[in-house]
Amino acid sequence: MKFVDEFRDPAQVRALLARIGRLVDRIGGTRDRPVTIMEICGGHTHAIFRFGLHRLTPEGLEFVHGPGCPVCVLPMARVDDCVELAQRPGVLLTTFGDAVRVPGTRGSLLQAKADGADVRIVYSPLDALELARRTPGREVVFFALGFETTMPATAAAVLQAEREGIANFTLFCNHITVPPPLRALLQDPDMRLDGFVGPGHVSMVIGTEPYRFIAEEFHRPVVVSGFEPADLLQSVAMVLEQIAQGRAAVENQYARVVRPEGNPRALALMDRVFEPRDRFEWRGLGEIDSSGMRMRERYAAFDAERKFGVGYGAGRARPAPESDGCRCGDVVKGAMKPPACPLFGTACTPQSPVGALMVSSEGSCAAYHQYAGLREAAE
Amino acid sequence: MSTVIATDPGAGHLAPPAHRTITMAHGGGGRAMRDLVADLFLPAFDNPALAVLEDQAQLDPGGLAVPGARLAFTTDGFVVRPLVFPGGDIGKLAVCGTVNDLAVGGATPLALSCAVVIEEGFDLVLLAGIVASMRAAAAEAGVSIVTGDTKVVERGAADGLFITTAGVGVVAPGVALSAAAARPGDAVLVNGPLGDHGATILVARGDLALETELQSDCRPLNGLMQALLRAAPGTRCARDATRGGVAAVLNEIAGSASVGIRLVEETVPVRPAVRGVCEILGLDPLHLANEGTAVAIVPADEAGAALAAWRAHPYGAGARIIGSVAEAPRGRVTLRTSLGGERLLDLPLGDPLPRIC
Repeated sequence: MKFVDEFRDPAQVRALLARIGRLVDRIGGTRDRPVTIMEICGGHTHAIFRFGLHRLTPEGLEFVHGPGCPVCVLPMARVDDCVELAQRPGVLLTTFGDAVRVPGTRGSLLQAKADGADVRIVYSPLDALELARRTPGREVVFFALGFETTMPATAAAVLQAEREGIANFTLFCNHITVPPPLRALLQDPDMRLDGFVGPGHVSMVIGTEPYRFIAEEFHRPVVVSGFEPADLLQSVAMVLEQIAQGRAAVENQYARVVRPEGNPRALALMDRVFEPRDRFEWRGLGEIDSSGMRMRERYAAFDAERKFGVGYGAGRARPAPESDGCRCGDVVKGAMKPPACPLFGTACTPQSPVGALMVSSEGSCAAYHQYAGLREAAE
Repeated sequence: MSTVIATDPGAGHLAPPAHRTITMAHGGGGRAMRDLVADLFLPAFDNPALAVLEDQAQLDPGGLAVPGARLAFTTDGFVVRPLVFPGGDIGKLAVCGTVNDLAVGGATPLALSCAVVIEEGFDLVLLAGIVASMRAAAAEAGVSIVTGDTKVVERGAADGLFITTAGVGVVAPGVALSAAAARPGDAVLVNGPLGDHGATILVARGDLALETELQSDCRPLNGLMQALLRAAPGTRCARDATRGGVAAVLNEIAGSASVGIRLVEETVPVRPAVRGVCEILGLDPLHLANEGTAVAIVPADEAGAALAAWRAHPYGAGARIIGSVAEAPRGRVTLRTSLGGERLLDLPLGDPLPRIC
């Protein structure tokens, strides 16, 4: 497969692993006190486990799995609001595949569908718009979520709906942005992270500049990375080089896709339709300033929160309590490994997730459960 | 009034003269139903056991009369959207699925039943095409459809057409395949590339705006299984890797036999187009459904003969040994990645759902 196989070349991967081993030795990382690198993006977490990279890297290096799975960090209250919306008469709720399994306090969208709500999986917000065109008698709501990667497409669907005067299409907007939670993590005194592997797809939209504060204010290296094994390992080596040299800068391993300035057209689309909310709640991380997006006043007609009076639109910003014993928050902060959670693999499994990190295959608990539990399984 | 669905002996296809649709009358037990059966099903499934139109089919015990032979009996319901897809349709699926469930148990299929639930308003031309496809698949598998049932339900009560087939077959004396029989050291074989059916259906639903040349692998596996049992009589077990894919089947075997199964990623055959669809959607080809792919567990000393037998068969040209049975991890399946890493290959969770980014 062109553009894929060359980044999965075992010889190249072996060479990178050797280089990583030498760098970890030089920095002095050990099993007891490893060099810790957070991969921010859930896609990277997935790739690490899918290719077994965590078992190939030296013991003195530890991957900490960051908050970059948009499905996982969605708080229960927002899922509850969405389920409530889906159950309203006349509503046809559309969303991406893995969003239907996220548990709220009263079940998931999949459960709502089984109970009679019309919930449909779409592959893009434009598919949801097409459903609105085809079913003028129904209120088609798109449960929009995701980081800057998915936001431009959602914005484009709203603008298209406006151009066509489609009155039965709205967004339940749960878009979030990457830099604010990173700042929140870096300000946490419990956090001990030596460097970051930056998200590839998000950076394709926002560029590399928004990470500059990580290097300049917090003195941690950031390397924006692609998603193939050789991409990831090269990015890890670049982070380690910086640490070894006592530097902290933003570098771009994924230059074949990511430009420093990002994608100006996509950024303009987003800016036209969305604006930051003052605060937005993240599952496990609590409320973070300016981390969530809402629709601008001009597009109020396409805002499900305003149109149907749900969520923040109903003046409601109550945090829904997480389940007892669930330690998703500590895992997302990198303060705890998934198997250390008391619910991991017992009360909380991919078949019946308690916490959000077990829901999506990009969630670190699900990834651990699916791919990593080899040692436990062998015992 | 007769439904009039004529056969076209030259083309071998059923060719109704005009577009008509199924009405509630076709399920009412009266003249319309009699005509539907007489004009559509009887000529297509033509065989003496069916033609007598009794309430049951009476079969020659044939191979069952041999001492030590056993009767194998299976049933399966078929629902698929779309009903017709590249490489097959619900009819072919309904025949192959049941034939394959018999075949992987080492049985020679004897006869099938076919019950159809049809939604009011269903296109008769489409139904005739699906029935013709059942006839062709049954002919290829060398099995007769000897009894059946037709029900019509009101519009909205079914998604077009549901088919249930049951099958009986004969297991020869001495053949005893069982998932619990897998032993450390055994080889794990597949007869061809994985995930063709699952990826074809995902693309055929038209939600993805993808175009591929992919076709479902829907096909009867009884010939392939007989070739395997001749070449490798010590074969421990076989399964057809339908919903849940090869990952689900191997997890079942690992659990039943309390062994570990270790796969080697480079040896797992997957077509580039299937890999492409999986890369785009974040799916695993080992979790995708197949309809003509069997997994067999064969003792190491017979693995070479088994592989050669499969490769000599038209449905096994792409056969590979993809891994082996080990002592540990008990009850689990692991995959050694092409980079030398190792990961668990777990059961999929329900239907594969595409990831958000």
